Amino acid sequence: MTAMKQARRLRKATVNSFINYAIVIVAFIILQILLGQDMISNSIQSMLVPVCCYIVMAVSLNLTVGILGELSLGHAGFMSLGAFSGIIVSTALKDVVEAEPLRLLLAMLVGAVMGGIGGVIVGLPVLRLRGDYLAIVTLAFGEIIKNVIMVLYVGIDGDGLHMATKEANLTLAEDGIAIIKGPMGAVGVTKIASFTAGFILILVTLFVVQNLVDSRAGRAILSLRDNRIAAESCGINVTKYKLMAFVVSAVLAGAAGALYGLNYSSTVASKFDFNTSILVLVYVVLGGLGSIRGSIIAAAILTMLPEMSFMRSSSLKDYRMLLYAVILILVMLASNNPVLRNAFGSVSKKFKSSKKQEGGAAQ
Amino acid sequence: MSFLNNVITGISLGSIYAIIALGYTMVYGIAKMLNFAHGDVIMVGAYVCFFATGSFGLHPVAGVLLAMVVCTILGMVIEGLAYKPLRQAPSLAVLITAIGVSWFLQNSAQLLWGAAPKVFTPVVSGGLSIFGGQLNISYVTILTVASCLVIMAVLSAFIGKGKMGKAMRACSEDKGAAQLMGINVNSTISMTFAIGSALAAIAGVLMCSAYPTLMPTTGSLPGIKAFTAAVFGGIGSVPGAFVGGLLLGIIEIFAKAYISTDLSDAIVFLALIIVLLVKPSGLLGKYVPEKV
Repeated sequence: MTAMKQARRLRKATVNSFINYAIVIVAFIILQILLGQDMISNSIQSMLVPVCCYIVMAVSLNLTVGILGELSLGHAGFMSLGAFSGIIVSTALKDVVEAEPLRLLLAMLVGAVMGGIGGVIVGLPVLRLRGDYLAIVTLAFGEIIKNVIMVLYVGIDGDGLHMATKEANLTLAEDGIAIIKGPMGAVGVTKIASFTAGFILILVTLFVVQNLVDSRAGRAILSLRDNRIAAESCGINVTKYKLMAFVVSAVLAGAAGALYGLNYSSTVASKFDFNTSILVLVYVVLGGLGSIRGSIIAAAILTMLPEMSFMRSSSLKDYRMLLYAVILILVMLASNNPVLRNAFGSVSKKFKSSKKQEGGAAQ
Repeated sequence: MSFLNNVITGISLGSIYAIIALGYTMVYGIAKMLNFAHGDVIMVGAYVCFFATGSFGLHPVAGVLLAMVVCTILGMVIEGLAYKPLRQAPSLAVLITAIGVSWFLQNSAQLLWGAAPKVFTPVVSGGLSIFGGQLNISYVTILTVASCLVIMAVLSAFIGKGKMGKAMRACSEDKGAAQLMGINVNSTISMTFAIGSALAAIAGVLMCSAYPTLMPTTGSLPGIKAFTAAVFGGIGSVPGAFVGGLLLGIIEIFAKAYISTDLSDAIVFLALIIVLLVKPSGLLGKYVPEKV
């Protein structure tokens, strides 16, 4: 009986994961067909790669905020690390690795590793702190990373990579090129990011996060969220599992950052500031804490929404950010209003029951 | 002399941070929420004073008072409309709402007053010159430090002695028990927001007098830094906000003067992280043991 129950639960979790894969794959195929038919406007086309990046950012932040239950306000910092290391790698290997997809892959791998290193450096001391203090320290780390990259000058010539904190100190040979120029950021980047790469990155992210959540480690992480003290007394190593979730989240953010950085010819460090971290957090919260599908859908819709043609029309253009803020406040008020909650009871019950099964299967 | 000058600039900047941090720390102490919109209330206060003195030709004192009144009302309206319905909601929902309010204020300011920076006229001009002109102290600096000290003294007395202050302390300790003792928790929280916002208006005017560029985003970075100051000194503690603000201001100015202008923000945040790692509840915060 229990075995059967377990098998059924397991299947539910697997089915749930596969629905997420299916959504992403179907969306990709539809978009590819539309692209082939030339039915997508240029402004939307230019948003495809950033949307992929933000989806990965949202899913990975959901791992920290929704599944581990720790508030992080510095997720963009890891994205920044990934973006700039990815740009450096891609520029440095320009002549060595000719094939663009391979170079993109290498750049994203290095971006992921750099994100991971950042995650360990931030996570190791910080995860001892709790609640709001952790939020503040992650915010501080995000700002530090932004600040440091803004004074960093990186160049490359025949001798290899050169780094300096002042423009005058960056001495390059004749054939050398400056990759990162302090406050001006990275300029003259060859755009090698592609929508297909973004699609694959989303699939990899889903694979990593969903399998982590459904694993033994994932159950430990979920138990830390639900009751840290009880989990600790059951012999779960708090630091280890917190760090695991945090670093995986940082690694994915680093890879997304590399893809993002290689999608533009120039990138500045101030792009990845507190506001970007908050934006991703908004996607996670609106999509539903702990719900991976919710993060994907919220990130896709909310990144696209300001670019839609009706939002760009002259009458709405000036008001769109204001509208965004008002909608955000209203959604938060409505979703936490007990009266409205009961009114939508039938809908939310459906959601809740499916969520419960998801959670139950994971435990 | 440049050392002394830096100390004075640091104390002046620190006083501004301390006044802003008081708003954060009081709200956190009582409502247990990170009010990210506080920085933008500062900006609104500065704009109100700017237009009152500039366009309508009011006396600076009247301008400051008007800014305080507008910000107090604004703070209470924000609290009533956006935060009050979320009393029972998870803290993350409140945080996101606060961010929504912050975006709302920034974008409204941009629509109403334009994105172009405005040059703020300091409320007082001129300064003292001592040691034969080697040491210059502007009157704005003196005013800033003096206001900070007065606000601290008044606020400490208010919270320590007054009936409302007692109610505030009771609410921050235990809301349920406070309510059972006949304290109106909702109006106490509303009052806290009102005081915090009035302080934000003063901070806005003083900050823009010292650093006279006024933009819709003027408040956000000082807001984050003042919040850092509040955490630095131990969030929820009024003397902590004062100490944290002053230290942060001095660290920032010294980092700017002796290490690197560009890295000063990074150094400020690094100092915060080190303090939190050594003393997780902040310099003057009290450690609350976890009960199972």
